Amino acid sequence: MIQTIAFYMFASVLLASAALTVLSRNPVHSVLWLILAFFNAAGLMLILGAEFIAMLLVIVYVGAVAVLFLFVVMMLDIDFAEMRAGFVKYLPIGVLLAIILAAELIFAMGSWSAGNIQLAQRAAPVDATTSNIQQIGELLYTRYIFLFETAGIILLVAMIGAIVLTHRPRKGVKRQDVSAQNARRPQDATRLVNPGVGQGVEL
Amino acid sequence: MIGIGHYLVVSSILFVLGVLGIFINRKNIIIILMAIELILLSVNINLVAFSAYLGDLAGQVFAMFVLTVAAGESAIGLAIIVIYFRGRGTIAVDDANRMKG
Repeated sequence: MIQTIAFYMFASVLLASAALTVLSRNPVHSVLWLILAFFNAAGLMLILGAEFIAMLLVIVYVGAVAVLFLFVVMMLDIDFAEMRAGFVKYLPIGVLLAIILAAELIFAMGSWSAGNIQLAQRAAPVDATTSNIQQIGELLYTRYIFLFETAGIILLVAMIGAIVLTHRPRKGVKRQDVSAQNARRPQDATRLVNPGVGQGVEL
Repeated sequence: MIGIGHYLVVSSILFVLGVLGIFINRKNIIIILMAIELILLSVNINLVAFSAYLGDLAGQVFAMFVLTVAAGESAIGLAIIVIYFRGRGTIAVDDANRMKG
């Protein structure tokens, strides 16, 4: 009973905040609605018993991605009123397409029935005696270790890519040039002179 | 236990809302990126729902990888938006025709 109430609460708030994300006038509000949507999706996954994915949603999406969006929205000085110019123009065709797509998806799911999936054919059967997080950890570090490493490499590439893209060299900053320092020899840098009395040294 | 159909309907409505967001916010690429995040979230709900109902943890592991790719994609996308804004002073995607593609 409480599960059903929680499901409908999370689902309705999720869909409402997702709708407000795309319809909101101010992008900052959009990001805040997106954060609410992620929290409610995490709640839905908790009801399903996927605690690890739920916590990952809160940490990764709310903690990192949404904050990144918030930073970018607030950093860029953009006239957002002008950006909504085509909003009314595209609204009817967009809503029509959305309704058609939703009807198709719901019809397809209504006619869906599970194939003859045998328990022995499952890739990673759930073990009821241990917790969800422990089972996922055991899978990730054994069978899916290469996929896990690949995910890490993808994140590394994304990180380096974002830094390389947005980094710009500043003018007027003295930087250390290690190769130039190492290439410098004493005979290039020093000069032995024997000036006459009363004559200065020209540098 | 709530039937899997409920979860599938929720995730399909979420997917459609994401597609609608891409359609009606044609000019604002930041909202388009958020709509893509919503679409990936709906995919994740689908994966986790099937994983829970079929008793197979592979779905949850795969959902984690989808999440990873979504995080990387949004980071790169926002970096591209920042450098585009730096060069053009606007992020209107309509006049993004510098490469004549």
